[in-house]
Amino acid sequence: MTASLTAPAPGLSSWTRDWLAALPAPSGDLAAVQQRGRQALLDLPAPGSRQEDWRFTDLSLLATLPPAQPAAAAAALDLDGPEPGVLRLHLDGSSDPLAGVALPEGLQVLSAAEIAQGLGHTLGATDCERHWPVELNHAAASRVLALRVSSRSRVQLELVSTAASGLLPLRLLLVLEEKAELELSQLLRAGAAGLTSLVLEAHLARSARFSHALVALGCPEAALLGHLAIEQEPESGFSLSAVTNGWGLARLEPRVEQVDGQASTTVRGLQLVSGRQTADTHSFVRFSGPDGQLDQLHKAVAAGQGRSVFNGAVRVPRAAQRTNAAQLSRSLLLSDRARIDTKPELEIVADDVKCAHGATVSSLQTDELFYLQSRGIGSDQAAGLLQRAFCEEVLRELPARARAWCPLEALQLEGGSR
Amino acid sequence: MIRSDASVLLEIRDLQARVEDKQILKGVNLTVRTGEIHAVMGRNGSGKSTLSKVLAGHPAYTVTAGSVTYRGENLLEMDPEHRARIGVFLGFQYPVEIPGVSNLEFLRVATNARRVQQGGDELDTFAFEDLVRERLQVVQMDPAFLERSVNEGFSGGEKKRNEILQMALLEPMVAILDETDSGLDIDALRIVAGGVNQLATSENATLLITHYQRLLDAITPDYVHVMAAGRILRTGGKELALELEQRGYDWVDDELAAIEAGGRMPAEVG
Repeated sequence: MTASLTAPAPGLSSWTRDWLAALPAPSGDLAAVQQRGRQALLDLPAPGSRQEDWRFTDLSLLATLPPAQPAAAAAALDLDGPEPGVLRLHLDGSSDPLAGVALPEGLQVLSAAEIAQGLGHTLGATDCERHWPVELNHAAASRVLALRVSSRSRVQLELVSTAASGLLPLRLLLVLEEKAELELSQLLRAGAAGLTSLVLEAHLARSARFSHALVALGCPEAALLGHLAIEQEPESGFSLSAVTNGWGLARLEPRVEQVDGQASTTVRGLQLVSGRQTADTHSFVRFSGPDGQLDQLHKAVAAGQGRSVFNGAVRVPRAAQRTNAAQLSRSLLLSDRARIDTKPELEIVADDVKCAHGATVSSLQTDELFYLQSRGIGSDQAAGLLQRAFCEEVLRELPARARAWCPLEALQLEGGSR
Repeated sequence: MIRSDASVLLEIRDLQARVEDKQILKGVNLTVRTGEIHAVMGRNGSGKSTLSKVLAGHPAYTVTAGSVTYRGENLLEMDPEHRARIGVFLGFQYPVEIPGVSNLEFLRVATNARRVQQGGDELDTFAFEDLVRERLQVVQMDPAFLERSVNEGFSGGEKKRNEILQMALLEPMVAILDETDSGLDIDALRIVAGGVNQLATSENATLLITHYQRLLDAITPDYVHVMAAGRILRTGGKELALELEQRGYDWVDDELAAIEAGGRMPAEVG
């Protein structure tokens, strides 16, 4: 079914028009991008359940959000400071996060010419530059945080955003030179009706290392649409650990292109839904050369009437001989009314490859619950311990600071106990 | 030890229970008093493990008749967690592995649940660490096991030591140890049995569910009960276990056949 034949979600097309009309006029370095994005949104059909990529994802929350207005900048005073040697930047979508900040050695701001050359390149390489959420970000984002980690440097960076009501557009462009190392911990929070739109592009040169810990803690009135587009040159390593919890709607699309294979990609995802929340991860990894590796684990917990969607696309074309890819999706279903849709989507043309995939959906194990109860631990507390244990496999991959951002109480699901 | 002034801890009367549609317990009678160590022996399928799970409140088992009174209260009406908090402990034949739950945290939460029930205060992390390190000595367990997930990747012997460690922390009134000797080598058996002996006092009681005599070489029972076909067929002293070791269980089959032919219930002795 082609996109032009599909009907948009009810209300979403008119919401898009209203929303576009409410945006301030294009301005700043990205004015041209904004202009193109706005036109694209008028031309593109809004996503809806008749499009395969959006089939299980209810977008009706978006149409209830107030028309675009910049999110009020919210301070993050409640967070502990960054650890020594770590640069923390506050992104609010409008002011300059680098104002008054001294960049550490090895980290530079890209020039306007470099931005013009690089912006959108990785979105194109990962086939998502025309995706609706990406165009939405194009339409709205008036600035980009564009940084380079220079060759053989190691940089630790924290990016913190707290969305108030309205729209928070975040655009990032990261360039890692040969053997550069970047550890990025990113916190996205939302406490009111609003939309956080994240588009991150990263290009990893040969032997570069990028680890990205993304902790996204929302609220039932808030939506998150995120695209993480990564290009990897040979011998580079990318590792993503993404945790989303509490959003009315969260859709995350990690998209990785190993341009000549021979790189290593690790993806860890954890999404929790309860109430009437929806969380959706659509990942895409393509090996455009031989000897690439993927290690992917996606976990989901669904309580109440929550819905969890996972779609894991892996592309292994003829050039990708000796690819070694493993993908596992594990879901915990805590309520009869919650729903989990999980789908591996492997497309393998090369013949000499190892591609494993698996998916499990289970509820809490009776024997584990009984063992805990038989030691005096109440059934609710026992269920909570087991839920946390399920999440732990992903949480323990987070660096300490990012880990502290999602205390386990924050991941407690209402109605999660039996 | 058998004492004249002992009080009754556990009173099981005509207990019948099934799992799914299969009747397993067909009328168990047993009285356990303070200070006593009981051994329940029998072949696989005789109902020994079912008895232990029913006493602990496993949800897969349904009691169809009879009663269990623990210190004057109806045990069968209580949730598993409440039974544990008031002092009934089941040592599992196959302790469950729970990846992602720290053993130390598990032990602390369990210990505090029991302490609060007894009117005490919860122990904070530091106070609990002191306590657990002391109790580790009961089973000569490496503190490294506290840092791991509950039973995850533990050997058979380590799992059983972890069970006895839990018993040492919870200080139950009635400890039911289900095949605690299975899967243990001689050294591990000695350590585990030593732990059980250290924890047995004149105020509590122990129910050993076992298949073999060898555990009873290390822990001397006051009573030995032989189970078959969901009942206690015969009760005696520790010499009954030796007799079983020498004669095997074949005579039990004969006796059972005779009983079923005659339609009479076995007499409770001892």
